[in-house]
Amino acid sequence: MSPLIQGILTIVIGVTGCIGYFWSSNFVLDRFVFPARGPEAGRNINRANAVRPWLFLLPALAALSLYLVYPVFGSFWRSLFNRAGTEFVGLGNYGLLFGDGEFRTALFNNFLWVLVVPAMATFLGLLVAQLTDRLSWGNIAKSLIFMPMAISFVGASLIWKFVYAVDPEIGIINAMRGTLDMSPLDPLQVGFWNNFFLMVILVWVQTGFAMVILSAALRGIPEETVEAAIIDGASPAQIFFKIKIPQIMGTIVVVWTTITILVLKVFDIVYTMTGGNFGTQILPSYMMEYMFRDDGRATAVAFVIMIIVLPVMVWNIVQARKEVR
Amino acid sequence: MAKDDDGIAGSKTSLSLVTNLSVIFLVVLWLIPTVGLFVSSFRDRDAITESGWWKSPFPTQENIAVQTEGEFVETPEGWVLTGNVFGEEGSGEIVAFGGSRAEPTAFAPGETGELVRGRTLQIAETGDFTYFYPDEPSRNPTVYIAAEVPPNFSLVNYETILESAGMDVAFINTLTVTIPATIIPILIAAFAAYALAWMDFPFRGTIIAIVVGLLVVPLQLALVPMLQFHNQIGIGQSFYGIWFAHTGFGLPLAIYLLRNYMVGLPRDIIESAKVDGATDFQVFTRIVLPLSFPALASFAIFQFLWTWNDLLIAKVFLPASSDSWVMTVKIADDLLGSRGGDWGILAAAAFVSIAVPLVVFFTMQRYLVRGLLAGSVK
Repeated sequence: MSPLIQGILTIVIGVTGCIGYFWSSNFVLDRFVFPARGPEAGRNINRANAVRPWLFLLPALAALSLYLVYPVFGSFWRSLFNRAGTEFVGLGNYGLLFGDGEFRTALFNNFLWVLVVPAMATFLGLLVAQLTDRLSWGNIAKSLIFMPMAISFVGASLIWKFVYAVDPEIGIINAMRGTLDMSPLDPLQVGFWNNFFLMVILVWVQTGFAMVILSAALRGIPEETVEAAIIDGASPAQIFFKIKIPQIMGTIVVVWTTITILVLKVFDIVYTMTGGNFGTQILPSYMMEYMFRDDGRATAVAFVIMIIVLPVMVWNIVQARKEVR
Repeated sequence: MAKDDDGIAGSKTSLSLVTNLSVIFLVVLWLIPTVGLFVSSFRDRDAITESGWWKSPFPTQENIAVQTEGEFVETPEGWVLTGNVFGEEGSGEIVAFGGSRAEPTAFAPGETGELVRGRTLQIAETGDFTYFYPDEPSRNPTVYIAAEVPPNFSLVNYETILESAGMDVAFINTLTVTIPATIIPILIAAFAAYALAWMDFPFRGTIIAIVVGLLVVPLQLALVPMLQFHNQIGIGQSFYGIWFAHTGFGLPLAIYLLRNYMVGLPRDIIESAKVDGATDFQVFTRIVLPLSFPALASFAIFQFLWTWNDLLIAKVFLPASSDSWVMTVKIADDLLGSRGGDWGILAAAAFVSIAVPLVVFFTMQRYLVRGLLAGSVK
């Protein structure tokens, strides 16, 4: 069966299945389990209303627990076994990881990524948001800077492969070096700094995201606070740093953490650009090296990523709990 | 928020000029990489390696060796060959020409070039040439010209990738993965979001907190256990597997976005409907769902972009055979490896894969921005 027909069938079955489930489970609940008639009508309505939320939540909770909650434990459990999954090795896989120079490089590089990419993207996003705030063509400018968000990381990597190409007739970087009489070089093979050239790609993609959110936050600042500062004789720089930034600090933190989480997951860029060679390995791409070959090690790497993400996760949950109350 | 452009400090003319210039600079900087790819995708392999894409809109000067065609005609003085160096269809402008490889630019157009053994060659600017041999030529000679070649753009790369490189199959596969993986989570999430927003039950706050926590769980964790699970239940690496996976991974964001939106709907409408005897199911399908359209659209765009652009999930949950490659896998694992040097093909393939998301992006940007804001500004 062609995948396309399979796909259309899946949509039909999936959609009717979902609607059918919600409708029929409601129907059964109201008609047969706790019917709103007979001597216990009033109690039955209350009982039905206590069950109904769980009917609404059931498919979502089932999918979430299967695809996101169980894997946290499943992966950890798997990481305690050897390559074939037959022998319990305790924390042996983690020992192997930390003994591997490439893993340590990946860990160090990931640390650099987490440090640099969110900072740069947030900074540039804030810069563009502020610059375009009062510009007549600001929306067009923002739309163009936002555009890379729609492009896949693979697409973005290819785009930048052209920029970084060694041939000065293809790579614009080397063409510019050529006009300055410098010999062409491969930016992706320049030790240590190549990491930063890869980060540029993610910054290029994520600046738009930061810009959109920070721009909305800047617009949400009460006009009176800015006007009061102007009347008191504040300079534009003072207004920006002392009036505006403190008021959008919360949003800046959200943007920063969102990009940080993303950085820890993106493997596409390194995978496509260098394959982790030339000292550019990061954890997600390091994991893919072991995926399908040694599940024990692959899950161990995944769990290390999880541990790095954990503080942000806890912080998010704490924030969410505050909000709901 | 009025845009006060005068009467306010900080909007001085000099400052606004600097602002304009720096924004222009940033926008150009942001666009250059994509424009480079776009332009390159319309140039053939040779053109790409011969001159940078930034020179492509301008005519380029190239030194070309042309093997002449046609038959020499015998005249009383000797043998003469006439024709055009650009062939019948080509065009260009001769800057200089020569009769030997050593001196390809010895003569100016229109001049009569004296070559070895009494031969002469004359080439006009248009490319028309007259080659004179005093003795009978054994074969057609080669002429050397420096020509201004007009910009040359073609669809040849697109033809190649769609016809022979298998990108058409990959395109269909991407579409097949994307559409069910976008629609199904929306439905599941919408019901859950309604329950979390408008129904009262124990552990509601806890479930919301868990959903928020799950937003950041690295997908890497799910790869090995879920693939194992898929193998156990017999779907293995297949489209079913990737649809389920995308549904599961998309749900936290879907529930979070939709709940945030639904919670903001006016309480009166929902309560008066309930007073009038509407059940929760009716309130949801008749009132909340239609009102939540903007949030549904935002999430649909997110999920569409994310599934379309995904490489990781497709690599793990789809079969490794080439007939089920999606475009990202096709480019990353196949084209970059086997055609690593063929920049035109790579550019065209990349552009085919980003064209659909770009269209979605520019037509639905409003919803995308709204979704981003609902998800982050609180």
